[in-house]
Amino acid sequence: MNIVAPIKREMHVVHSRGDKVFRGIVTAGALTSLVILGLIGSFLFARGAQVFSQYGLKFITGTNWSSSMEEGIPSEFGMGPMLVGTIVVSVIALLFAVPMSIAGALYIEFYATGRVRKIMSGLLDLAAAIPSIIFGLWGIQIFTNFGQRWASFLGNRLGFVPIFNTISDNYGRSPFVAGCVLAAMVVPITTSVAREVYSRTPRELIDTCYALGGSKWGAIKTVVLPFGKSGVVGGAMLGLGRALGETVAVYLVLNLNFRYTFRILESEGGNVASLIATRFGESSSEELTALVAAGFVLFLLTLSVNMVASAIVAKTTRS
Amino acid sequence: MKVTTVSQRIESEGAVMSNTSAVLDTPEQAFAGLETRDAHAWFGKHHALSSVSLRFPAKSVTGLIGPSGCGKSTYLRLLNRMHEFIPNSAMAGEVLLHGVDIYGESVDPAAIRLKIGMVFQKPNPFPAMTIRENVISGLKLAHIKIDNEDDLVEKCLNRAGLWKEVKDRLDASGGSLSGGQQQRLCIARSLAVEPEVLLMDEPCSALDPGSTLRIEETIKELAEKITVVIVTHNMQQASRVSDYCAFFLSDGGPGVLVEADQTRKMFTNPTDTRTADYVQGKFG
Amino acid sequence: MSDVTIPQPTRPWQRKRQDVVRSAVSIGAVGVLSLVIVLFTGFAGVDGWAVTVFLVSVLLIIVRGRKMSVKERGNAKVQLFITAAALLAFAPWISIFGSVLVKGIVGLKLNFVTSDMRTTVPDDELNLGGALHAMLGSLLMVVMATAITLPLGILSGVYLTEIKGRFTFLVRFVIQSMSGVPSIVAGLFVFTTYVSATHGPTAFGGSLALGILMLPTVARTSEEVLKLVPDDLRSASLALGARQWRTTLMVVLPTVRSGLITAAILGVARVIGETAPLLLTAGSNTAFWFNPLKGPIASLPIYVFGMLQIGTEYAVNRAWTGALVLMLTVFALFFTARKLGGKDKR
Repeated sequence: MNIVAPIKREMHVVHSRGDKVFRGIVTAGALTSLVILGLIGSFLFARGAQVFSQYGLKFITGTNWSSSMEEGIPSEFGMGPMLVGTIVVSVIALLFAVPMSIAGALYIEFYATGRVRKIMSGLLDLAAAIPSIIFGLWGIQIFTNFGQRWASFLGNRLGFVPIFNTISDNYGRSPFVAGCVLAAMVVPITTSVAREVYSRTPRELIDTCYALGGSKWGAIKTVVLPFGKSGVVGGAMLGLGRALGETVAVYLVLNLNFRYTFRILESEGGNVASLIATRFGESSSEELTALVAAGFVLFLLTLSVNMVASAIVAKTTRS
Repeated sequence: MKVTTVSQRIESEGAVMSNTSAVLDTPEQAFAGLETRDAHAWFGKHHALSSVSLRFPAKSVTGLIGPSGCGKSTYLRLLNRMHEFIPNSAMAGEVLLHGVDIYGESVDPAAIRLKIGMVFQKPNPFPAMTIRENVISGLKLAHIKIDNEDDLVEKCLNRAGLWKEVKDRLDASGGSLSGGQQQRLCIARSLAVEPEVLLMDEPCSALDPGSTLRIEETIKELAEKITVVIVTHNMQQASRVSDYCAFFLSDGGPGVLVEADQTRKMFTNPTDTRTADYVQGKFG
Repeated sequence: MSDVTIPQPTRPWQRKRQDVVRSAVSIGAVGVLSLVIVLFTGFAGVDGWAVTVFLVSVLLIIVRGRKMSVKERGNAKVQLFITAAALLAFAPWISIFGSVLVKGIVGLKLNFVTSDMRTTVPDDELNLGGALHAMLGSLLMVVMATAITLPLGILSGVYLTEIKGRFTFLVRFVIQSMSGVPSIVAGLFVFTTYVSATHGPTAFGGSLALGILMLPTVARTSEEVLKLVPDDLRSASLALGARQWRTTLMVVLPTVRSGLITAAILGVARVIGETAPLLLTAGSNTAFWFNPLKGPIASLPIYVFGMLQIGTEYAVNRAWTGALVLMLTVFALFFTARKLGGKDKR
């Protein structure tokens, strides 16, 4: 008997009219979101490209930001100090925040018991919800006293170290203090992520450490910290992303000053976000475009940091 | 070696006990130094283990057998003070090592765990360490100085039956081995701190039959020098590997020790009918 | 003899009474020694105390440590460091909660929530004026922003999980990227496009900026929540003969209703405290009007910011009170979201 090869039949999904309408509405909604958000991205990009083609790389490296209304004098826009300031303040924040977060996460997960743990956990969640304006308010009204004391301590005792060197004696509105306030803002995020990662350490590995005669710190050092390494890095990057874009807290604490400075105890500095906040009001359309370009650069910075963070966090949740 | 059970003695005097405790009577020189007297265990309010009295013979393999859920693993964890890591756990009775209650006031639990080691069901070498680092990890954790690291690593891997296979790649990651090899690495790791007793909680249940047989060979070799207590679900494994057996059973209440005897006797001519039913596969 | 007496359960590994007493005595000793040191050297303030207590504790461990093994000493030292660092991490938030409460409650009189600043100067006493205009302004802008973003966000989520059309990758990529937009940049965008074109800050402009920040959050949370619905549910509905739109509307969406509400609440909680974008788009005001296109409008964060900038004593008081109201609002939103999030567990 002959065996006839089967004939493949096409299978189509046929949508009813109701479904077609439904799909149309949903797609329209999604596309609207896409268009709105994409518009912003492309707008920023377009303005950014315009400014870069006009000023070249000096836009990032130049130090002068002056808008000129007069005919013969060209405006100069260099966001260098602000960009450096953004990074400096954020790095200070991370340097304080990451060790505190690791310690906080370890404490909640391994040292705290029962009610203490629940209270600390609740406080952690609440702290992540505090709006940045309140951090700014607290920063300038309450923290500055402490920050000033610590900064002057550093400046007086360790003033020979170049970054701690200062000209004036006023430490209050310095990148150091701003960095401390930012650190307080970043810690809730990084601690939550770190705690989440540490809680997923396989219980058998920890039990094995104890079964071999180790102590609690031995178990943490041998198993928990290596296991949580990449997750903590991902959390730190998330925190960095927040610190880079922070406006109000830095604006309130820092005196804006357009100079490259690595002297973190000096009362001057700034970041891109506060630059925009300060200058948007009276700017000419030319300056406005430059501000948008600066915003674009900042956006690129936070975007790349966030992407790295998501990649790392995704890798740890997969494993 | 004379072995009697208390229930046997009492039955011969015409009384019946509902709860049996068994004692492996061993002459002193064959006694491992590890025994429990009237040991109980609780999880919260749940009474999981009741009145287990057992003396472990030295340099031999004792198998803890019985259906699942009757307290064998719980009992094992009483022996090296791992039971207390479970929240709301409690115990009663005594666990004695060379006459000293390991739950006594001045006893350091970590020091006990150096003398009484444990190998777990799922092979769990430290993933962030190499094979060499895994073997000596116990000594590092206990802050014990190592005189000759290479010698120690070779000795332990040899005893665990793994040396030939990994001697050329000691710096490979612990996780790069097969399941059976990983479990042997865990055995080597436990041996490095030189325990007197090695507790094994169903060490082969996650492995394939080939690896299982090799580990059983290793266990028999280990028993020439140290005492091994192995919990196993698998009766055939118990009859292959152990010299003595202790049979645990639970009727819905706490687990109890029904009978403990030489393996040969337990499987051919057990004293208790429940034991006979279990080893003949009538339940379990 | 048929009954075996069951002994009492014990926990021999727990800390005994004498250990607890010993710890209490140690803590007391540390406290007294620190007090003495502070009085003599004049270390000021909370931080001076903290540093002293820490140093004295280290000293205590070194002294007691001679009796312990290397391992135990290391363990104790590490525990001290970790505890100290954890306390340091928590200190700012406790300080914030405390100061907002203590300093804000002073001005929290009835007039704060019932009147605005049309006729009062920030420097007036605290029983005059209020922040009603700011609260209503925030409310108006948030409601408008939610009205725009909630449907769009949910539709995007539905598109990504139920329809999975041609644009899926693009939509997901754009949403993911834009969730990293700094708030000031979002405000700047609205400023340069909408606000400049229409001559000035308005509530509508503010709600646009807030919407830009909310949309990615709502869309992503919706997608995640919808992904959790098992496919069996959809298969069962389709197998019963229901069309896709019925399946989605009557089976899938109701299942995750509380999850979607949580997404909305979390989006709102995020933007209600935003200051920077509103600075550029909505400005500030002393009064409130319902017309979103009429002109600048105040909001709670801007109110706090403005009062702080003025800097006089009463103004700063008002700022703290505004902060208190803002924080209570955000916490209330979070608690609601938490409660609703629990309801989704079937």
